Parts: sequence; structure tokens; C-alpha cells
Amino acid sequence: MILFRLNPSSGVPIYLQLMEQIKHAVETGALRAGDQLPTIRKLSEDLVLNPNTVVRAYRELQHEGIIELRHGSGAFISESVAGHTRVTRKARTIVQSALERLMSLSLTEDEARRLFENELAQLRTETNSEGGKNG
Amino acid sequence: MADPVIETQELHKSFKGNEALSGLNLNVPAGSIFGFLGRNGAGKTTTIKLLMGFLKPDGGNARVFGLAATDAAASVEIRRRVGFVSEEKDLYPYMTVEQIIRFTQSFFPKWRDDLDRRYLKLFDLPESRKISDLSKGMRSKLMLLLAISHGAELLILDEPAEGLDPVAVEDALRELVALAAAEGTTIFFSSHHLEEVEQIADHVCIIDHGAAIVTGSLDDLKAQYQRLRIVLGEDLRAPIHWVDGADQVRQEGRTVDILASRNVDAIVNQARSLPGASVERFPVTLKEIFLEHARRN
Repeated sequence: MILFRLNPSSGVPIYLQLMEQIKHAVETGALRAGDQLPTIRKLSEDLVLNPNTVVRAYRELQHEGIIELRHGSGAFISESVAGHTRVTRKARTIVQSALERLMSLSLTEDEARRLFENELAQLRTETNSEGGKNG
Repeated sequence: MADPVIETQELHKSFKGNEALSGLNLNVPAGSIFGFLGRNGAGKTTTIKLLMGFLKPDGGNARVFGLAATDAAASVEIRRRVGFVSEEKDLYPYMTVEQIIRFTQSFFPKWRDDLDRRYLKLFDLPESRKISDLSKGMRSKLMLLLAISHGAELLILDEPAEGLDPVAVEDALRELVALAAAEGTTIFFSSHHLEEVEQIADHVCIIDHGAAIVTGSLDDLKAQYQRLRIVLGEDLRAPIHWVDGADQVRQEGRTVDILASRNVDAIVNQARSLPGASVERFPVTLKEIFLEHARRN
């Protein structure tokens, strides 16, 4: 089983951390289409996590089409992520070329990261205020 | 959400004029692991004693499984259905570990032999040793064993991990989580250790001076609270009147640091409307939420 590293004391909800790490594992190819994920019980015991947290992460991942929950037999990485991996690969080349151009402006790594994160935050706030309140 | 397993309304209790509970409202959903957090003396143990029927409230209601904890007959029924760890970890000191297990077992028809064997081994408890000769940590483990082996649908645990070393704490938390996953047991536990609560709880209540100051799903609280760092376009001398929800505002030159408890989007929009301002959002830990409220009171 791949190792998940969660930080319960961080301000980020644990189910989101778990989702991120499963997505990351899919993007890097550590988890592939058809691979089985641990059962809710196993994962909650191994990571000493609230089972409801695992349920929530799995449910949201299912909603996003990353995993399939098969009744009685557990959670599997869905076949459709193969296509998604291709998209990620494409996106990576875009990011690479953007980074090369930034570096040619002699930006430091930290400056580039902050710019990127600021823009992401900006985007998130805009979508949040447009989408109104969720839940 | 399912029916609450524990529910209190405006619970009041005083001891010799000292108010221990000043209108506590609690709502513990079925199937949750509920962390009851507070400083020493905040009213955690008093609440638990009221739920178990060991004390009578001066005012308000407390219900467990929908049964009134104030009613003597109902209270017996509640105690029969709850696995309980008391703050004092008081057990009959003259009994051995083996004897107290058999003794407790005789009261509870749903007793789980498989669980008591498992925990004896896991917690490394010496069966023939007298309780009076057990360390505090061993006594905590023994109480946890007795509470879990009940086969109860609800555990009420007052500082269950007190006196345990970090390895034993992790073992105990793992067992609680396993129990919740396997049997859907509702677990209500008090603690003043944020880490224990953050690790396994999905719902929390922070109690201070006898009343709940923060309560809800841990995920919702983490989403609701955010820290904002705003860099203003120019040095604004006049104080900014922030939207409701900006609880803690610190400004130094052009940088404003805000801890927001709600209305985060409105605060962000307000900041954006200031000329040349940029905004960054950061997650807030339970510790920060706890400290913020503890200081305010």
C-alpha cells in the first residue's frame, strides 16, 4: 500500500489531505486505473483516522470520477483516470514552458512559487464569490 | 444527520455558588467520534457526571438515547447501555485485573469476551495483579478495556488517555477508531489535548466557563475559519472597519493579519476593494481557534 502522510494538526481538513494524496498518487502513476484502495476500516485503522473521514474522502473522489465504489468489494481507481493522466502530462509541458520563461526573467524559485500561489488564490476567491456559499 | 445520541439544552449546575455549567448546549450525532475539549475546570467532568446521572442539574435538560438523564429509572437504563471511563479511574482496589473483568462482565449481557482478551494482550495488562498495585497508565488502560468490552453502542470517556505514554495513546486511539469503523459505536470523549481530538474526532465542542464556545463538525470549522494576510497598496492610516467575522485584526504598516471566524468571502471582497491590495488565505488550526476563544473569554 502507498504511504499516506496526514497532518491532523494542520488547518486543512483531513479528508481533503487524503483526497490530495490519492490524486497525487494517481498523477504520478503510483496508483493506476483498476488499482484497489484499502477498505475504509483498514485505512482508518492504519492511519488512526476517523472512519467517517475516509468515507467522506472516498465519496468526494467518487464524485470527481477518480475512484469507483463497488458495493461490497471496495474502492478502485476508475478507468477514466487514464485519460486524465494524459491531460496532466500535457498540462505539465505548459507549466514547464511557463517556468522557463519566468526563469529567463531571473526570478527566483520562491518568487515564482509565490506568484503562482497568489494567482491560484485569486482564482479561488473569484470562483468562491461567484459560486456563492456551498453547503 | 442522524438523531443525536446525546443532547443537552441550557444545562446549569453550580457547586456552593460556583457555576460549573452555565447553559451548556450539546448535540452528539449518532456514529460520530465527538471530542469534548476544554481547559481544566471548564466543566467537562461535571457534564459527563450529569449525563451518567451521578449528578442532578440545577436547570436545563440532558438526554442520552432520548432518555432523560435526570430520571432515576431512565438513568439506570442509560448506564446499562454506555461504556464509561471516569475521570478518577476508580476501581475496586482489592480486586485483581482478572477479577474486575469477570465482575464487570456479570452486569452486561452484551459483554465481548473477544474484546477483553484482545485488549489484555494489546495493553499488556497483568491479569493477576491487584488494581491497587497498578500504575496510573495501567489503570487507564484497564478502564478503557472495561468500557470497550461492554459491547456498548455509546462510549462516554472522561480523559481516557490520561497517564498514557505516547505509544499507548496511539494504541488507544487506534482501538477507538477501529471500534467506530467496525461497529459504528458513537464515542464521546473529553480531553484537554488538542492533538488527540484533532486526530480522531469528526465533531468537536470547545467548552469554556461552563458553556460551549465552539461546536460543530471539525471539517466545517476548518473551512469556516481562515487567516487572511492582506497587503495594502498604500499605508492607510485610518483604521479599516472590517466586515463582521474579522475577529482578530493586527495591522503593521501595510500588512493586515486577520483571523476570520465567518464571512471570509465578504472580508476578502472588502480587502480587494481597497486600492492595490492583495490577499492571501491560510488555513487555521484547531489550536488557533481554541486559543483565540480561550483568550477572548
